[in-house]
Amino acid sequence: MSGSVVRPTGKTGRLLAANAWLVYLFFYAPIVVLVIYSFSDSRNVGVWGGFTLDWYEDFGNSRQAKGALTNSLKVAVASTVVAVVLGTMSALAIERYRFRGRAFFDALLYLPVIVPDVTMAVMLLLFFAEAASLFGFSKGFATITLSHIAFSISFVSIVVRARISGMSEQLEEAAMDLYATRRQAFRYVTLPAIMPGITGGALLAFTLSLDDVVITEFVTGPGWTTLPVFVFGLIRKGVTPLINAISVIMLIASMGLVALSLLAERARGDRGSEA
Amino acid sequence: MATTVETIAEAVTPEFEHSNERLRRRRGALLALPAYLYLIIFFVIPFGIVVVYSFATRTRFGTDLSGWNLNSYRRLGDDLVRDVLFRSAWLALLTTVVCLVLAYPFSYYMATRSERTRNLMLVFVMIPFWTNFLVRTYAWRVILGTDGPYSQLTSAVGLGSGRLLFTQVAVVLGLVYGFLPFMILPLYASIERVDPRLLEASRDLYATGFGTFRRILLPLSMPGVIAGSILVFVPSLGAYVTPSILGGAKTTLLGSYIVTQFLSARDFPFGAALSFVLMIVMLSATLIYFRKGGRTL
Repeated sequence: MSGSVVRPTGKTGRLLAANAWLVYLFFYAPIVVLVIYSFSDSRNVGVWGGFTLDWYEDFGNSRQAKGALTNSLKVAVASTVVAVVLGTMSALAIERYRFRGRAFFDALLYLPVIVPDVTMAVMLLLFFAEAASLFGFSKGFATITLSHIAFSISFVSIVVRARISGMSEQLEEAAMDLYATRRQAFRYVTLPAIMPGITGGALLAFTLSLDDVVITEFVTGPGWTTLPVFVFGLIRKGVTPLINAISVIMLIASMGLVALSLLAERARGDRGSEA
Repeated sequence: MATTVETIAEAVTPEFEHSNERLRRRRGALLALPAYLYLIIFFVIPFGIVVVYSFATRTRFGTDLSGWNLNSYRRLGDDLVRDVLFRSAWLALLTTVVCLVLAYPFSYYMATRSERTRNLMLVFVMIPFWTNFLVRTYAWRVILGTDGPYSQLTSAVGLGSGRLLFTQVAVVLGLVYGFLPFMILPLYASIERVDPRLLEASRDLYATGFGTFRRILLPLSMPGVIAGSILVFVPSLGAYVTPSILGGAKTTLLGSYIVTQFLSARDFPFGAALSFVLMIVMLSATLIYFRKGGRTL
């Protein structure tokens, strides 16, 4: 099967192919370099000094790093669970129902996606500062999780909406014509059909939470840090081989999530072709 | 319970259509409510607080919210501040152009491959997109560092020990690296939708390859160009991680400048005013995009 746009040939074609390889080299060479140097037995992060696993051992021995990793996972799990529920509900509401304030809600849902994270960080910093002066609480797990939910809802909602809009409402109507209650129709028809969207949205929310540096740095309190904020702090103090090792661990986590999301995508594609 | 009552009502009431519509509206609103409230509390109100702060006065002990004034906005015209604003706009623009130049031929090439190849190429664009941004930026720090791979390469080809780290070039490189997928994905989506028969017709009518590109392909893929440019320009302008890892003294972007106001200068009103400016830039960019016929981001 050929592509949809005219396939260039000759010199132009070769130039285009070269550019594509260059882009991929650009994408992947730095990642490969980082992985290689994380095994380098040298204090200088960019110099090869023979093979070692010392830096990974350092990570294993660093109570701070492991604590930060645990914190990251806690925040990511908690914020993903809440964001998936709220995001899916909002997606169903917008795609399936008309109600007052729908247009404003629709626009509001897009904003956290396009707003630069620095702006969002400033907004939440000032918000929690004001809220703390009113109610008095300390910043840490709760403030970080609440902030991550604030941007994750939108991403989940967009991914789930894409799935719902591709699905016919007649499916649920048919179920109810066959005497399914509304709840049964949702449980046995709607939910399974939109599940790949929900999985995709959850993986995206989880990834975004694990990746976030800027917003977390603004809303965290003393003594509470996530892995990316911990690493970012280390980098600013001066690069060490330990950072290389932690980076590779974070890289592996990212790759695992990509693999999962590709599987979710495949499930989505299969269902699409059945319908 | 409610469902049973409703089912019976549907069966016996002649005006069930009407009441059903009201029920549906209420159900929709109830479904939307939790997320709606959440975003009002954690997005709309915080945004309002930023606006209020931008009119406040900085005092020795913090921020005085009582006397409203425009001092923070007036400071945007100061020479020093204007330099930062222009420089960040310039660096963000440069990043956008470099991304566009790399991504356009790439996306076109991808759109002309077989479906299998296309999907595979897409996956390998998505992987960096999903990979931790901090880690990807840090990788350049390792490459460009003292005696690192880059300087070894430059001295090997006889250019002396090259130093890029902490320069504007390093920051633009890091930003391009970070945001290139944001350019490729919308560009590919819009190029792929162009009807190939239009390009063939153009060639049949003796247009040159470049002529076909300039007068047919480029105008038809404009929504992708605009979407990609916005998705690269706005986060570049607001960048903070990249300049603080790869940049130096002359590489402050609006994002890192805002962070400085909050985390070191403790000048909340001025920082809030700068954030407001960034928000306005973002909103205008989005409006332009929707005006130009884009539908989804």
